[in-house]
Amino acid sequence: MVSPATLDRRQAVAALMAERGDLLVVAGLGSPAYDLHAAGDHDANFYLWGAMGGAALTGLGLAQAQPGRPVLVLTGDGEALMGLGGLATIAVAAPKNLTIAVLDNGHFGETGMQKSHTGHGLDLAAVAAACGLAETGTIRDMAGIETLRASLHQPAAGPRLFVVKVEARNLPRSLPARDAVYLKNRFRGHLGLGVN
Amino acid sequence: MASDNNEAEWPDRLHRVLKDAGVTRVSHVPDAGHARLIALCENDPAMVTNVLTTEEEGIAIAAGAWLGGAASVLLLQSSGVGNCINMLSLPAIGRFPLLMLVTMRGEWAEFNPWQMPMGSATQTTLEAMGLTVHRADTPGDLIATVESAAALAFRADQQVAVLISQRLLGKKTW
Repeated sequence: MVSPATLDRRQAVAALMAERGDLLVVAGLGSPAYDLHAAGDHDANFYLWGAMGGAALTGLGLAQAQPGRPVLVLTGDGEALMGLGGLATIAVAAPKNLTIAVLDNGHFGETGMQKSHTGHGLDLAAVAAACGLAETGTIRDMAGIETLRASLHQPAAGPRLFVVKVEARNLPRSLPARDAVYLKNRFRGHLGLGVN
Repeated sequence: MASDNNEAEWPDRLHRVLKDAGVTRVSHVPDAGHARLIALCENDPAMVTNVLTTEEEGIAIAAGAWLGGAASVLLLQSSGVGNCINMLSLPAIGRFPLLMLVTMRGEWAEFNPWQMPMGSATQTTLEAMGLTVHRADTPGDLIATVESAAALAFRADQQVAVLISQRLLGKKTW
């Protein structure tokens, strides 16, 4: 039987972002983007407001382009489920600087709180492990979050995916900018890249 | 000097055009039409290739690569264009450079009727999502068209698809 222990998502994300250093972050649409914004806006954050199923793959492209920087993808269970095949692509690509944290509340929280596949028992960490990601796991307490936070800044054997079990509650929204051109140029500026 | 229409060597010339345009990332699905170009890219130490499970993954990878300063190309068949539709929102709204090279099915001497619906709708679908679409019917056309498309994508932040006609690719042998 799966343990019912769950985390406060804002507290978990704020803890992951502590002492973020060189971390580059891509957030999937909906609550993960609000959680990341609530933890503190930053030039090295890229928030998706659409492109569902594309967060981890955006992270893959970024990780391959910036192999010297740690890349974190923060996304939800619904967004991750829409891009399940991407886990196979990421496993084959095998970047050592990409970590995916799936904030899993077992529901499609943004669109009416319908139960998602993880709410019906699907184990995303097991899917990721079966695809061949180097390290996977499920986190249910703040000690686990602190271990993950520290590991984000350490070299890894390959891509990692951690499921973070969070409460199924819709918190007050913390809205990042929605202008993707602005977010893109801000992010590239942070990396010292030019604007066309 | 090889002629413009030397069919055996167009993938080699395309590989050179992509390198000259600064492309260092290549996403692809398995494709007979692109087989030689994929092999050239895989064997090029300056290029990183990703094999995809579905074409839309390549759209997101290309956006992430550009965020990190890398230019990429997506190699796919016309049947995969339909898989990309919603993900094309990302380069469209973020004005991310996007270069897609699409080998056509469902046109010249097609044997498989299942290729017809998506082949017929490929250009319309891409244009509906805001892409600029060019088409090449000969190897000479293709090289010049991809050079132009790469400039539009990487210098003018456009989303561009080049359709490589089935006539150019040659009949599939069954």
